[in-house]
Amino acid sequence: MAEVISKEHLAHDVHHAPHEEHHHVETFINKYIFTTDHKMIARQFLFTGIFWAIIGGLFSVLFRVQLGWPDATFPVLEKLFGNWFNDGKLDPNAYYMLVTMHGTIMVFFVLTAGLSGTFANFLIPLQIGARDMASGFINMLSYWFFFLSSLVMFASLFVPTGAASGGWTIYPPLSALPQATPGSGTGMTLWLISMALFIGSTLMGGLNYITTVLNLRTRGMDLFKMPLTVWALFFTAIIGLLSFPVLLSGAVLLIFDRSLGTSFFLSDIYIGGKALGYSGGSPILFQHLFWFLGHPEVYIVILPAMGMVSEILATHSRKPIFGYKAMIFSILGITILGFIVWAHHMFMSGLNPFAGSVFTLFTLLIAVPSAVKVFNWLTTLWRGNIHLNSASLFAIGFVSVFISGGVTGIWLGNATIDIQLHDTYFVVAHFHIVMGIAAFFGMFAGVYHWFPKMFGRFMNETMGYIHFFVTFLGSYVIFWPMHYLGMSGVPRRYYSFKEFAAFSQYDDLNKVISAAAIVVFITQLVFVANFIYSIYKGRKMTSDNLNPWNSNTLEWTTPVEPGHGNWPGALPTVYRWPYDYSKNTTGPDFTPQTVPLTEQEIKELESHA
Amino acid sequence: MSAFLLILTIVLLVIVVLQISKAAELARVLKGDSDYEESNGNLALITTVVGFVILVASLWSIFTYKDRFLPVPASEQGVWIQSMINWTMFFTCAVYIITQILLFWFVYKYKFSSKRRAFWYPDNGALELAWTVVPAIVLTVLVILGIQKWFKVFSETPTDAIVVDVTAQQFKWTLRYPGNDNVLGARDFSLTNSNNELGVNWNDKNSHDDFFADDMVIPVNTPVLVKISALDVLHNVNLVHFRVKMDAVPGIPTKMWFRPTITTDSMRLILNNPEFEYELNCSELCGSGHYNMRKVIKVVSLDEYKKWARTQSLENAFYTKNVQPELAASTAQTDTTSSSKEAAITTATN
Repeated sequence: MAEVISKEHLAHDVHHAPHEEHHHVETFINKYIFTTDHKMIARQFLFTGIFWAIIGGLFSVLFRVQLGWPDATFPVLEKLFGNWFNDGKLDPNAYYMLVTMHGTIMVFFVLTAGLSGTFANFLIPLQIGARDMASGFINMLSYWFFFLSSLVMFASLFVPTGAASGGWTIYPPLSALPQATPGSGTGMTLWLISMALFIGSTLMGGLNYITTVLNLRTRGMDLFKMPLTVWALFFTAIIGLLSFPVLLSGAVLLIFDRSLGTSFFLSDIYIGGKALGYSGGSPILFQHLFWFLGHPEVYIVILPAMGMVSEILATHSRKPIFGYKAMIFSILGITILGFIVWAHHMFMSGLNPFAGSVFTLFTLLIAVPSAVKVFNWLTTLWRGNIHLNSASLFAIGFVSVFISGGVTGIWLGNATIDIQLHDTYFVVAHFHIVMGIAAFFGMFAGVYHWFPKMFGRFMNETMGYIHFFVTFLGSYVIFWPMHYLGMSGVPRRYYSFKEFAAFSQYDDLNKVISAAAIVVFITQLVFVANFIYSIYKGRKMTSDNLNPWNSNTLEWTTPVEPGHGNWPGALPTVYRWPYDYSKNTTGPDFTPQTVPLTEQEIKELESHA
Repeated sequence: MSAFLLILTIVLLVIVVLQISKAAELARVLKGDSDYEESNGNLALITTVVGFVILVASLWSIFTYKDRFLPVPASEQGVWIQSMINWTMFFTCAVYIITQILLFWFVYKYKFSSKRRAFWYPDNGALELAWTVVPAIVLTVLVILGIQKWFKVFSETPTDAIVVDVTAQQFKWTLRYPGNDNVLGARDFSLTNSNNELGVNWNDKNSHDDFFADDMVIPVNTPVLVKISALDVLHNVNLVHFRVKMDAVPGIPTKMWFRPTITTDSMRLILNNPEFEYELNCSELCGSGHYNMRKVIKVVSLDEYKKWARTQSLENAFYTKNVQPELAASTAQTDTTSSSKEAAITTATN
């Protein structure tokens, strides 16, 4: 089967082989800015993502200061952030703005663009043996739409009435009426424009990823010889393509309600002493449109991380990923189920109880493919020969936090339990651990693992260890106690708990959480310092050690810093799946995909068939 | 100055870590591969220790903090939810403990050794089938239990339920009771104005004995139907000790019912806290005052409730006390036509 060479692949290779000869003139602008090289676009996504992660993380520190020390004043913060901190104390409107922007930035700009944008761009062509994306130009547009979207969102922070403050879910009527909250004025308009641009960016990227995976695989690279990273990124792109347009429709209708006086989401509203003329709309409709993207969005965030973790765990434990096909079908299962569970975010919205039962069923079913993945990762480590480094540590940390955050999904996905825990800190704990921390861990693992391929140098391992252990412990210290707050009924999105006797008993834990959040945030700055330092001064990857992790996948067959086109000569030919680790009993403990099958292996294949 | 110092401290801290790490990295490169196996082993040990510390601390802290969790459910519905939580707790804790132990044990046990080669083990159909089917069975049990209880919570409201009309707006609650006829006066959004924010139709006779209350007084062991609406943005009526909540949606009335089982006085004894009050809060972000929407709930005996409601309805009915006098006053002043009388009704002060 591996020997079958498709004509398309051959033609494709012939067409591209002379690429090196007609080198176009490289200027600063077309190499670094308006570049069509997928590797440079990946770096652009990564840098922008890191910028946003710092902003998003900083915002969480600012509102954690309020929650941890509600009575203290911090004149220093007033100097730095002006009227967000009047008299050194965070203003409630600013608090809700920071919470909203933290969510928006982290979910969309960091974990969608920064994570999947970076690694889909970087890994898909390199791991399937393609010269570049199917359309380099659309790929470039995808980044620049994201950049524009970032500019608009960043600008919204400086609007006098503040950026959007209705929560990252921007439920109308709060987000539709400037009378309801100052952030729903210009700030919300900019939020919607920014998201519309962002969705454009995601769709262009996604179309490219799907087309590239389906059409540009090198000779011999059957679908079932693709690394799990590519599988995960492929399904991620499909999810994005099918769900983001629905959010766009919601956003457009919300823009109509806000500026044209339509009533898609508004009805019978009396605010500020006035009855408004909206009639017949439904705020619940918006929630359906939002969560039809919003839930698949969490899989957009976590699937690329899962894919990278599968790859990294196999490579560094020197063992084939256990149950390769089961891993692919579990991703497929998660993808399909992910589309029919959105209303579990709406159990308490007045939803028909029958719908609640259906969404409970599908939601809990997702635990099955997720459990399969966890058990397969564990079995991959079992009897491995595990090399520990920053990349594999973060991959192992991923499995730990994915379990910790995943099991509470079985609580919240159950409509009955959700009645009690809905909109409490239990929810905050759950989704931060399972899609925040886990996705970040996957991203870090990916950055440490592929940094040498991205920049031709290694990151500093000592700083990597500090980064890992502080972040790993710190994340548990931040988010684990939030389960207890939730079990005590403490609601999320509260500026202060003083008003309620039931909620004000956690001053001590809130201080611990805030202190840990500050420590973890500063540790991320260590990562950023390491990242920037290593780009210029890190230990160099030399051309006699092109494959530092002894990995099987194709990206390590390229030169130290591959040019546009990735392989200087012909594209590599693939003969085997990417997980032949420790298959040989002697010699190297890995067999790259480019190594032809031995006669014995061919015999085995034939006997199986 | 202090702002500058703060930033400087953080920057210096990062630089210190950077410098130390540079030195450590240099040392590692100089030593070469000679002690790679040992340092890898140390790292494995640290990782496993950290993993087990997290596991033990995460479990042990449950017992430290469980006294602060919500007390016994104060409603029948809460008891059903609690039992669902207990079942789920059992299964998820088991999975959490087993998988975390395996994960961190493997990390140490199978750390790199130059004498060994990893075990070639790409697949095992039976094993994979087992850990697809077993979770599927456990989840089926949880789904069945969950859906059963869910339908119990959202079952038809019993006919003997007392009714409270809760209206949410930025940033307060309005509690309206149906009075002695146990029927609320009709509401009509077109009648809403600043004097009649709820848009109560005072021409509807059912509204005449309705009264407003500061505290939510409800009887124990009697079903309570909460009719919910919102005037401006989304809110959520959260009765935390009764473990029930429901969104308040402008334009779309919602409802929930529950049966309180513990009076305020009994709960004070249970918690040994004479100050204890049941509280109602808002659980859906509604703007800058979201965290301030509090009402006290008083659970009393059915007799006490009936007595209180009867007195309120007789002495405090909004129509007789506020709307009617105003109507009378305007009638006395001028010989009103029926249309201006209606206008007076709708603008009666709230």
